[in-house]
Amino acid sequence: MRRTPIDTSPPVSDEVKETTCYMCACRCGIRVHLRDGQLRYIEGNPDHPVNKGVLCAKGSAGIMKQHSPAKLRKPLKRVGERGKGDFVEIEWDEALEIATGWLAEIRRTDPKKLAFFTGRDQSQALTGWWATQFGTLNYAAHGGFCSVNMAAAGLYTLGGSFWEFGEPDWDRTRYFMMFGVAEDHASNPIKIGLSKIKAAGAKFVSVNPVRTGYSAIADEWVGIRPGTDGLLVFSLIRELLRADKVDFGYLTRYTNAGWLVVRNPGQADDGLFLRDAAGRPQCWDLGSNGLNDALSADAKPALVGERRLADGRIAVPAFDLLARRFLDDAYAPEAIAEQTGVPPEVTRRIAAELAHAAFAEEIEIRQPWTDFAGRRHETMIGRPVTLHAMRGISAHSNGFHTCRALHVLQALLGSIDCPGGWQYCPPYPKAIPPAVRPSGPAVAPGEPLQGPPLGFPIGPEDLLVDADGAPQRLDKAFSWEAPLAAHGMMHTVIRNAWAGDPYPVDTLFMFMANMSWNSAMNTTETMDMLTDKDPETGNYRIPRIIYSDAFESEMVAYADLVLPDTTYLERWDCISLLDRPISDPHGPADSIRQPILKPDRDVRAFQAVLIELGVRLGLPGLVDESGEARYPGGLPDYMIHHERKPGVGMLAGWRGDGREHGTGAPNPGQLERYIENGCFWSEAIPEEARYYRNVNQAYRAYGERMGFLDTAEPVIVQLYSETLQRFRLAAQGHGDRLPPESERERIETYFDPLPLWYMPFEEARIDRENYPLHALTQRPMVMYHAWDSQNAWQRQILGSNRLYVARAMADRLGIADDDWVWVHSHNGRIRVQARLMDGVNPDTVWTWNAIGKRRGTWGLDDDAHEATRGFLLNHLIGDTLPNDPHANADPVTGQAAWFDLRVRIEKAADGEAESWPQFDPLPGGDKRAAPAVLKYGARFRKAS
Amino acid sequence: MHPAYSVIFFTVASGAGYGMLFLAGVLALLERLPLSPWFAWPFFIIAFALVSAGLLSSLLHLGHPERFLKALTQWRSSWLSREGVLAIATFAPTGLFALGWLFVVNDTSDIGPVMQVLALIGSLLCVATVHSTSMIYASLKPIPQWHRGDVTVAYLVLGLASGALLVGLLGALTQTTTHLAPTIAIVALIVGFAVKLNYWRSIRRLPRASAATAIGMKPGTKVRPLDPPHTEPNYLQKEMGYRVARKHADKLRRIAGTLAFGLPLAALLVWFATDGVLAMALAVIAALSGIAGMAVERWLFFAEATHLVTLYYEGDAATD
Amino acid sequence: MTDLPHQAPPRKLGLVIDLDTCVGCHACAVNCKEWNTGGIAAPLTDTDPYGANPDGVWFNRIHSYETGEGSAGRTVHFPRSCLHCDNALCVTVCPTGASYKREEDGIVLVDEDRCIGCKLCSWACPYGAREYDASEGVMKKCTLCVDRIYNENIPEAQRVPACVATCPANARHFGDFNDPDSEVSRLTRERGGRALMPEMGYAPINRYLPPREVPKTASALEATADTMESKFLQWVDRILS
Ligand SMILES: Nc1nc2c(c(=O)[nH]1)N[C@H]1C(S)=C(S)[C@@H](COP(=O)(O)OP(=O)(O)OC[C@H]3O[C@@H](n4cnc5c(=O)[nH]c(N)nc54)[C@H](O)[C@@H]3O)O[C@H]1N2
Ligand SMILES: Nc1nc2c(c(=O)[nH]1)N[C@H]1C(S)=C(S)[C@@H](COP(=O)(O)OP(=O)(O)OC[C@H]3O[C@@H](n4cnc5c(=O)[nH]c(N)nc54)[C@H](O)[C@@H]3O)O[C@H]1N2
Ligand code: SF4
Ligand code: SF4
Ligand code: SF4
Ligand code: SF4
Ligand code: SF4
Ligand SMILES: [Mo]
Repeated sequence: MRRTPIDTSPPVSDEVKETTCYMCACRCGIRVHLRDGQLRYIEGNPDHPVNKGVLCAKGSAGIMKQHSPAKLRKPLKRVGERGKGDFVEIEWDEALEIATGWLAEIRRTDPKKLAFFTGRDQSQALTGWWATQFGTLNYAAHGGFCSVNMAAAGLYTLGGSFWEFGEPDWDRTRYFMMFGVAEDHASNPIKIGLSKIKAAGAKFVSVNPVRTGYSAIADEWVGIRPGTDGLLVFSLIRELLRADKVDFGYLTRYTNAGWLVVRNPGQADDGLFLRDAAGRPQCWDLGSNGLNDALSADAKPALVGERRLADGRIAVPAFDLLARRFLDDAYAPEAIAEQTGVPPEVTRRIAAELAHAAFAEEIEIRQPWTDFAGRRHETMIGRPVTLHAMRGISAHSNGFHTCRALHVLQALLGSIDCPGGWQYCPPYPKAIPPAVRPSGPAVAPGEPLQGPPLGFPIGPEDLLVDADGAPQRLDKAFSWEAPLAAHGMMHTVIRNAWAGDPYPVDTLFMFMANMSWNSAMNTTETMDMLTDKDPETGNYRIPRIIYSDAFESEMVAYADLVLPDTTYLERWDCISLLDRPISDPHGPADSIRQPILKPDRDVRAFQAVLIELGVRLGLPGLVDESGEARYPGGLPDYMIHHERKPGVGMLAGWRGDGREHGTGAPNPGQLERYIENGCFWSEAIPEEARYYRNVNQAYRAYGERMGFLDTAEPVIVQLYSETLQRFRLAAQGHGDRLPPESERERIETYFDPLPLWYMPFEEARIDRENYPLHALTQRPMVMYHAWDSQNAWQRQILGSNRLYVARAMADRLGIADDDWVWVHSHNGRIRVQARLMDGVNPDTVWTWNAIGKRRGTWGLDDDAHEATRGFLLNHLIGDTLPNDPHANADPVTGQAAWFDLRVRIEKAADGEAESWPQFDPLPGGDKRAAPAVLKYGARFRKAS
Repeated sequence: MHPAYSVIFFTVASGAGYGMLFLAGVLALLERLPLSPWFAWPFFIIAFALVSAGLLSSLLHLGHPERFLKALTQWRSSWLSREGVLAIATFAPTGLFALGWLFVVNDTSDIGPVMQVLALIGSLLCVATVHSTSMIYASLKPIPQWHRGDVTVAYLVLGLASGALLVGLLGALTQTTTHLAPTIAIVALIVGFAVKLNYWRSIRRLPRASAATAIGMKPGTKVRPLDPPHTEPNYLQKEMGYRVARKHADKLRRIAGTLAFGLPLAALLVWFATDGVLAMALAVIAALSGIAGMAVERWLFFAEATHLVTLYYEGDAATD
Repeated sequence: MTDLPHQAPPRKLGLVIDLDTCVGCHACAVNCKEWNTGGIAAPLTDTDPYGANPDGVWFNRIHSYETGEGSAGRTVHFPRSCLHCDNALCVTVCPTGASYKREEDGIVLVDEDRCIGCKLCSWACPYGAREYDASEGVMKKCTLCVDRIYNENIPEAQRVPACVATCPANARHFGDFNDPDSEVSRLTRERGGRALMPEMGYAPINRYLPPREVPKTASALEATADTMESKFLQWVDRILS
């Protein structure tokens, strides 16, 4: 019989180019195989520090993103009513002229009337700087959605964070506890890490109301009730303290446990650290039985006990206060069991397992090192317990404090930046908090801001409020509503712009954020606000909206001017140490994207457009004295030549003559060097400087050379937060910047210098019997937010979402698999289809995030199931609190509290078998481009 | 399994056609096949039409019918290939036999050795072909309702019965026949009914395959599907995920039982006692009802068959 | 010949899939699609790709299940692809010889030029590993990336199936089960790798490693003091640096 012979060694491609994936923000290295200029195959770059050759489902579907029928093709100008998708295509010149016209006028008159908010981008090093040059403080990216609770809690406690600026020691840890993570930004690294943990036989515990994904492979799943992790952590800490399973040596040397806190109730210094004249924190020295510099090498700080000072004040070590808080019987395992749903024996056992791993499985590495005080250590001791947490903690209104509690737990176990523990990713650790303060309004129109719009307040003096205490920023970040809103509060922007609160703006300029849909809280009303007109003038309340997207998203229809972006395979990009770096604990790293394909449409990379706009506007950093473009080569030119400070630029690799890394003069050949190296740069930190970096002298020298350090001081872990206390003192009437009366109680309560737990706001404010269930979303591993419903492959895997309900609960409510149900919240109702499962906390329902789509978007047919069966939970989530104008957010950081949502569900009537609400279909993507049958790759077979 | 009409038509039609051709040979050997052209011409036309139409419909159901010759190559291992080879092979003796019967033979009691050999080989090949058809199904281990000996018996017996009903019908209409064909039909129907009743009862008591071993869990572990691999149904689910509700199946079994067996048996028994137009009418009823009933039976044969792959999509519920 | 190889193939290539680490991310499924839609079985057709009923050819599909009950309950992600059975009925039922098992390494393939699209092989496979491409009229299936694993245009270290190379959780392993020292043999041995539905007699090559049971051992901690005050007293004079 004749069988067609097969070629087992066909050529894969005629060209391979390396770049950085952007099917999500994990930023893996990829190798793109091209055949006749067409995408043949995308694979992980085995040499890349982030993904080491692996590629996730999203990254593997990159070909179909490039071939999406939803790609925007040309700049669009709105001609009909806003929100209807009625556009004409215009030339770029016209588009840029329109934008320049609007923006120049704003900059000339009142630059803060430009609200510039960017979504899922990784270009804040440019966008934030651009806003500074423009002179508007109304700038932020989307960090207030995701992670600012984690970032702020970490940066105000450790000088690093679970989020992005730190990572578990996957190779050495023996006990890994994950709180509230479905996927996280480090998609591939977490999976690679979990497999290492499994291979090493270490234990993996997942605390999560839902048992899917990572939790599915956990050796132990703790199905906690949402919003109560703080209680569990408090209880674990209590158990450890009671058994003295605490690394006292670590606490006294590298945390502020021994620092003395002044107790002077009612006075302006109450709760602040006792400092000497030079401002150095003091401890009560058990050696000398007197005060001593807490940071000196010979300090033997007392950890407990009140001392009366010479001046009559009383001082007490921070640890004393901390221990009293955590030892409270309110946090006994039995006492928290009902609230958390975690049985007492489980809490006890986990506490014991933590202690066992930290102390009985101690690691010792023969590597001498010297700490900041000059103490030399012959070995590096590792306490191989690692915690990691993300939005299950972050997206609650009590997330900041819960995250602080997690850091306290790490510190008590002595497991911070040690072998086997959680570790910093360079350029972190930074000062606590990092030495950047948010900049107030430009001194005059046409002037740049004094510094970057976002930063880290250390006291009321850094707030952006006017004399009456009213917010100066549109989003009210860094106001008394959210003093430590270090990432801004994008979730408040549309409402505030619509309401003109605190003031009206002129132009809302957004980039890569689907703000009329899945990134909005209270989506239905948000859509109305975007199109609402002032009945008197007939003008839109938000006068102008410029938006840059690459695809036909729900948001496009709400723009007056649409600037179409390229795909990630068509542009330059820069993943800079100045933004969220790709570094891992082994060393710093950054990377670039290079254009692999030429766009077949009239689209331009947004960052290039931003630079061009800056030139047209004559922004100081972008034009020289004569008004000529400083970076005539556009974005790549900027990536090479722009310097933030002398020697510090966008990219750290191959600076100067090509042999300098970290700092050095711009190198015209830099991008070629990146490309040769697979589009990334990374380097390993010297062994001696590898651990305990917050207090390690060798690291200090290294960080100095690399330009990473922002403080001359060691980074001492702040168990007790003096910053928080400063705000609390203001609320108590001390100082010259006081919160308005309406905010005082809030500030006083939530600016507790020690971690605390309180019931999430929505739960505390609604009728809990009427809304008995928690409702959550999770990131599906296979989809990135809204991006991937346009992707022919990914949408087959997850084309519509269900509401998952605990089987026992569903039985009680008479709900069966596949039933349609109504879900009610204080903010509205939606109709969705149910699926029953066992592995979910019984009081919790959940769904996959951002799968539901509006009809007529994303290049899909109007009857696509994303629209007819898929749904968004966002309609139910209030953007403000029930009966309270405050944002639905954490009171400290302004982090959006997506997961505070409470609902009630009931079976829908027979025949109600479509998701609800439905909206008018938008005119949609380029349907002509959508084939009825897709045979991608057929040509490659014929060719070979 | 999805009850595709083309396959139902194919198996019922070719079963009846081969049943007729088989009976042609047997009756000829028994010297009981009518010679009358009023009988013989329609007989062979109908028989070959049924066989050919059946084969054609199964061809059209292929993705690449134009390559059908390749399907004849793997007779050493594949029942489908064997069926193809046998079906084609059967045309030779049965065709020659038909030509002989129509144009050469003029005495039913002396058809000559050539015709005898053709009749014998033809009949045997008819049996072999239907047997192969049945073995296509009966050899499929993943479908427990098919992977059993009585599937073959049922195919053979029902093919014979439907053939006999048609022979009886033609005999009655042309007033040429004896009681032999109807008698064969009655016997076949009774046997067939018994086989099917037993089949229907026992397929509901098949040992339950478990999803646990399908996904590599310890036997006995309960397995409930959480999410399917893809949101919309795929080829496997459309082709093999078809499931008829038990209640509905019960109803169809009653219909099949009545139409395929009850009504034809009753009609044939009464027919023995009548003649003329009434007998003709009864023969028509018996044949039409029988064939219709067998189509329902064949529909059920597919619809009640569950493929093990459904374990992956439905978990333990697949075998409930 | 649709007969199975007369002699046992000298190499038995296949996969080990670790259900203890598989997080159900679908990376293997999509990367498989991506590789193979341009490979020797190209294209892996998709129908109605942007409509209400998208469907397509995939050689690897990821299910998720809940198993066991109560505290023994688990969520299990289960990738399903061809197991390259030794006793592959999908091969012997094929009337055309299109479906075959390679003599040299046991890989089960479809010769699309011979395939008439009768689908019988898909009925014969209890594992649902055969993928009918209706628009091409032929059967397709996992090729074990036969156009990668021997491909001299690919660096040697990456000559593994696409799904194995890409799995972020390292839950997929490729190798020769005939070689007792191969990683797949070792893992199967050490972790009790299981064949799927062994009772069916297909003798599948691929093995699945069951989720591990981690004993919950540590006992509770002992408090060193009964009351908060006595606790503090213990700490008062503690000198630690
Ligand atoms: N219910 C609920 N809602 C949530 C969350 C939740 O957990 N639950 N999570 C929140 C969080 S943390 C976040 S970060 C937000 C995310 O929500 P968004 O930031 O809105 O993210 P997406 O909607 O995925 O993407 C925004 C837009 O980016 C566009 N885009 C994609 N690629 C490009 C490109 O290359 N260039 C340009 N210019 N545009 C591009 C997409 O087309 C899309 O319209 O959602 C928030 N919403
Ligand atoms: N594939 C993919 N990856 C992504 C994204 C994506 O859309 N797709 N989005 C990116 C973005 S913008 C972000 S912000 C990150 C977010 O990444 P994650 O932090 O993983 O965010 P979520 O998916 O929202 O997962 C939150 C998890 O917390 C759990 N949870 C909710 N409430 C609680 C609680 O009170 N306690 C505990 N312990 N757990 C709780 C939920 O069940 C869920 O598993 O992911 C990034 N990575
Ligand atoms: S995790 Fe996936 S999508 Fe994200 S960058 Fe890496 S490969 Fe791309
Ligand atoms: S890539 Fe790995 S972890 Fe992901 S589904 Fe496949 S086998 Fe499981
Ligand atoms: S898994 Fe199915 S397709 Fe693969 S060899 Fe076994 S029987 Fe054949
Ligand atoms: S579909 Fe193709 S491979 Fe499968 S049995 Fe039929 S001819 Fe053989
Ligand atoms: S071995 Fe190749 S063809 Fe088979 S599932 Fe893996 S990637 Fe797909
Ligand atoms: Mo996010």
